[in-house]
Amino acid sequence: MASSTISSNSIPFITKKYESLAAFTSNSTLPIPNSRKRVSKKVVSVMTPQQVVRNPATTGSVKTNMTLTEKILAKASQKEGLTPGENVWVDIDILMTHDVCGPGSIGIFKKEFGENAKVWDREKVVIIPDHYIFTADERANRNVDILRDFCTEQNIKYFYDIKDTGNFRANPDYKGVCHVALAQEGHCRPGEVLVGTDSHTCTAGAFGQFASGIGNTDAGFVLGTGKLLLKVPPTLRFVMDGEMPSYLLAKDLILQIIGEISVAGATYKAMEFVGSTIESLTMEERMTLCNMVVEAGGKNGVVPADAITYKYLEGKTSLPYEPVYSDFQARFLSEYRIDVSKLEPLVAKPHSPDNRALARECKDVKIDRVYIGSCTGGKTEDFMAAAKVLLASGKKVKVPTFLVPATQKVWMDVYSLPVPGSGGKTCSQIFEEAGCDTPTSPSCGACLGGPKDTYARLNEPKASFTSVCVSTTNRNFPGRMGHKEGQIYLASPYTAAASALTGYVTDPREFLN
Amino acid sequence: MAASSALFRPTAATTLNVTRPRFMAVTPRSSLKIPTDHLNYQFKSFKSKTASDRAARLLCTSNPASASSSTTFHGLCYVVGDNIDTDQIIPAEYLTLVPSNPEEYKKLGSYAMCGLPSSYETRFVDPEEFTSKFTIIIAGDNFGCGSSREHAPVALGAAGTAAVVAESYARIFFRNSVATGEVYPFESEGRLCDECKTGDVVTIELGQNKLINHTSGKEYTLKPIGDAGPVIEAGGIFDYARKAGMMPTRVA
Repeated sequence: MASSTISSNSIPFITKKYESLAAFTSNSTLPIPNSRKRVSKKVVSVMTPQQVVRNPATTGSVKTNMTLTEKILAKASQKEGLTPGENVWVDIDILMTHDVCGPGSIGIFKKEFGENAKVWDREKVVIIPDHYIFTADERANRNVDILRDFCTEQNIKYFYDIKDTGNFRANPDYKGVCHVALAQEGHCRPGEVLVGTDSHTCTAGAFGQFASGIGNTDAGFVLGTGKLLLKVPPTLRFVMDGEMPSYLLAKDLILQIIGEISVAGATYKAMEFVGSTIESLTMEERMTLCNMVVEAGGKNGVVPADAITYKYLEGKTSLPYEPVYSDFQARFLSEYRIDVSKLEPLVAKPHSPDNRALARECKDVKIDRVYIGSCTGGKTEDFMAAAKVLLASGKKVKVPTFLVPATQKVWMDVYSLPVPGSGGKTCSQIFEEAGCDTPTSPSCGACLGGPKDTYARLNEPKASFTSVCVSTTNRNFPGRMGHKEGQIYLASPYTAAASALTGYVTDPREFLN
Repeated sequence: MAASSALFRPTAATTLNVTRPRFMAVTPRSSLKIPTDHLNYQFKSFKSKTASDRAARLLCTSNPASASSSTTFHGLCYVVGDNIDTDQIIPAEYLTLVPSNPEEYKKLGSYAMCGLPSSYETRFVDPEEFTSKFTIIIAGDNFGCGSSREHAPVALGAAGTAAVVAESYARIFFRNSVATGEVYPFESEGRLCDECKTGDVVTIELGQNKLINHTSGKEYTLKPIGDAGPVIEAGGIFDYARKAGMMPTRVA
């Protein structure tokens, strides 16, 4: 069990421990390489049949030590034990789809199972229009109609519809960004398997469940059968200890990790987050952490369920759930230890989420807009964090600052919850005093560009040569927020708000404490 | 065209004789609750149409005795770098197109790879065209990272791309390529995107796991596609499952 210190100049305090790899007999080339280039070469067929020989562990007399992820998949496939690399048919607890991939998934379901086929379970399919809602794009509007017709025909129990796009508040059923809505509406439960036609479905791993993004064809299959063939991923464990400095948010933690392991460092793998820092994080912060595991290529991310999880779930779900935890002797592919108290506010520079830099290193980067929103950075606490920085400064923003609450619930919180230390002001009042744009209708908004008329989309570069945006979203590949030449700096809500105040990428410590 | 299509898609029986016994082992068929009313459903196959379009663009030979082992892809290659994400393969503004709708499927092809920055001077699909003159994409690491949109492999398939040869793939893109049967996601041994140039004439010999660059005269080894090969060849997981007896066959 060799231990090595990673020699990267900006993070001298992460150590990585290689566990014995003997357990992974079917996967002998799995050690995580240190260099950025050589990542995850081991692509194994998605349809590889499992061994027919009976594993001794299936008798129940031999206990297999398993990780949290392995245990969930074992339970969902009625196996006593599983090891990474095995392919198993898994029972799906929840399938989520939205207006961008829903119509295609429905098309495949109808084509393959028949025009009159019924979904496997009308209470386990959750359909959440959220991507292209407030647009005049006719095809986008049609796609929401397709979802509505399907939900009516199938009597889908959980369809969060919007009919009046002129005023989202006239639609009590409408939620907004699917991953945040799934949590707020009680569809995320420890120990379960949730799949969705969106890469950020991994967000739900914050609840100690297996959650992963799938394509339309797989979703079409799940709609008909309630099952999916999944390969059991090996787990990377991230042990995060130390008191979280007041100027950091979970976004900084995950940018730190992605910068460390690269955008492909967790391809095909599970990422498990443990340690005293993680235990202190709120559910929304845990969601931010798990949300971006896909930016490292991860299949899923998990945070073990605890009292904070149960508290959040109170009143949200009446269904029983059974949390599971990694065995003490579970095999992890590798383990990373991070002393959170030593981290500094980070950004991911254009054009890759692993292009990590300290926010203060980018203080000369002039920006022309700030965007706060999305499944990653558009939750209630994200707006509270941004408001806190604006309040502390007492100044006005210097660049257009766009605010897109993830869901209707978040929007209401922005307009009603008092910000601590403000003498009872709400986020919306603080934003208005600081000169931000008025918080707009909840949706995925400009995080992924979308139709040309999407609010806050990066369209033509402005007067400056390129448009430079500091954003609380999740991706900054070329063209992500619209224009191909646009430059996106991914950052925490603290850093985004601080940058809005100066017009440059700014470390929030300039305004906090 | 019909002839080459038939050659490109060898009969199901030949392919499946090889793989079926192994596959049956994974199939808890009795526990799969599959609705059965599709038996009456009229299947409109737009996939097979595009497959024959694709086949016509390729030089395909196939020996019935070992179907997939002698499949060959031939054509011009288009070379890209590392971390080509799904927004570059198909920008989000075109995701309103529904891949299961034949007309919109075709349109997706016209936008394939149009999200690449202007530093890529040669465009993958020419203006006013629905398909690309490039049949093989050669890429670096982590091709297809980003979103789970199945529109990405579909756009490539619709544009007539037969195969991508990358150093490595993002997980969901790889799976979507296999599930849809739209493109073969080959992995290269080594970094072919530094070895090949856009416009080079290349051939992929599936059975020999080999890529030949006729322009440079060099040969490269590919990693075996493994059990994903027959699934792609069948046209995706549903077609494969039917041929393998995992799902009831549709009555036309």
